[in-house]
Amino acid sequence: MNLIDELGNELGKKKLPVVHVGDTVQVHYLIREGEKERIQLFTGTILAIQGRGIARSIVVRRIVQGEGVERIFPLHSPRVKDVTITRRGKVRQARLYYLRDRVGKRTRVEELVGEKVRRERLAAKEAAAAEAQAVAAAAAAAEAAENDDPEPEAVEA
Amino acid sequence: MTLILGRKRGMTQVFTEDGTHVGVTVVEAGPCVVTQVRTSEKDGYDAIQLGFGDRSEKRTTKPLQGHYKKAGTTPKRFLREERLSGPADCSVGDTRTCEVFSEGDIVDVIGTSKGRGFAGTIKRHGFSRGLKTHGCMNYRAPGSIGASAYPARVFKGKRMAGHFGNARVTTKNLQVVRVDAKRNLLFIKGAVPGPKGGFVQVQTAKTGAPGAKG
Repeated sequence: MNLIDELGNELGKKKLPVVHVGDTVQVHYLIREGEKERIQLFTGTILAIQGRGIARSIVVRRIVQGEGVERIFPLHSPRVKDVTITRRGKVRQARLYYLRDRVGKRTRVEELVGEKVRRERLAAKEAAAAEAQAVAAAAAAAEAAENDDPEPEAVEA
Repeated sequence: MTLILGRKRGMTQVFTEDGTHVGVTVVEAGPCVVTQVRTSEKDGYDAIQLGFGDRSEKRTTKPLQGHYKKAGTTPKRFLREERLSGPADCSVGDTRTCEVFSEGDIVDVIGTSKGRGFAGTIKRHGFSRGLKTHGCMNYRAPGSIGASAYPARVFKGKRMAGHFGNARVTTKNLQVVRVDAKRNLLFIKGAVPGPKGGFVQVQTAKTGAPGAKG
């Protein structure tokens, strides 16, 4: 292995969060305010992943009060404590710079879902539909029963 | 002044404690062998001669073979002298490692810049380029090189096109960010002349060491 890559492996973090372009992530970034330290969350979409080895960084974009804000986080930086994925994106480009020109709903990235999740969702949808149908059927039955009810009573009477 | 010989290995980056990243050049420095000690009595000045890198015996001339034999070492690829102000405190055969430098030291790095062949004035001296459109035809021409009636000649040293690079270059006042004694590596902030694998000399900064921009 090349010495420079080797050094990068040694100096950098041992384990990096596995992130992809298009993912919606929360970056836990350590900030200093005078003496105090606290962790700030920056939530947004990953537009690009740049660099390799220890120089690897992500560009995260979010909309704050109608204004697009982009920040670049070096993934190996000690100030980046964690990157958590809240949603995975389905994208076809390596760099999503086209999102900069978009406004409103069009800035969203379609969610990437695995086969399992898709099946689960489909099942849930079907179950919901079935339940709705059952409820409707029950209601119809109840209504029908209500309509039917007077007759037996009448018979009894 | 402290000198050590080495090879440029490439660039990477390191993070400081407060999280800022610093671009560094990794230099494989030493171990160097003292191959000769010059004294003012014998040579007229005090210095030590350092050798670095291996070279096969077959490729070494007979006189040099004798020189290395005298020093008790294998033939070396590079030899450089370090001038001393007083008598040397080391003797022939001693080794010098990268630990002569420590974190925070300010150094000068001497190397041979990458050769760029015959280059024009834009690349070589940073001249401006002419317009590419609007009917202009002098894209990369140097422009006027002097007046006509007076001085009626071109001044000496006028910057023109010519051979660029492959020359000795000193980058001054660089900071040593880290020292890896185990692998003989110096991490030096900033860029260093020459290609990867190029021979470099690292020495204590000659000027501006205390207030040097680190």
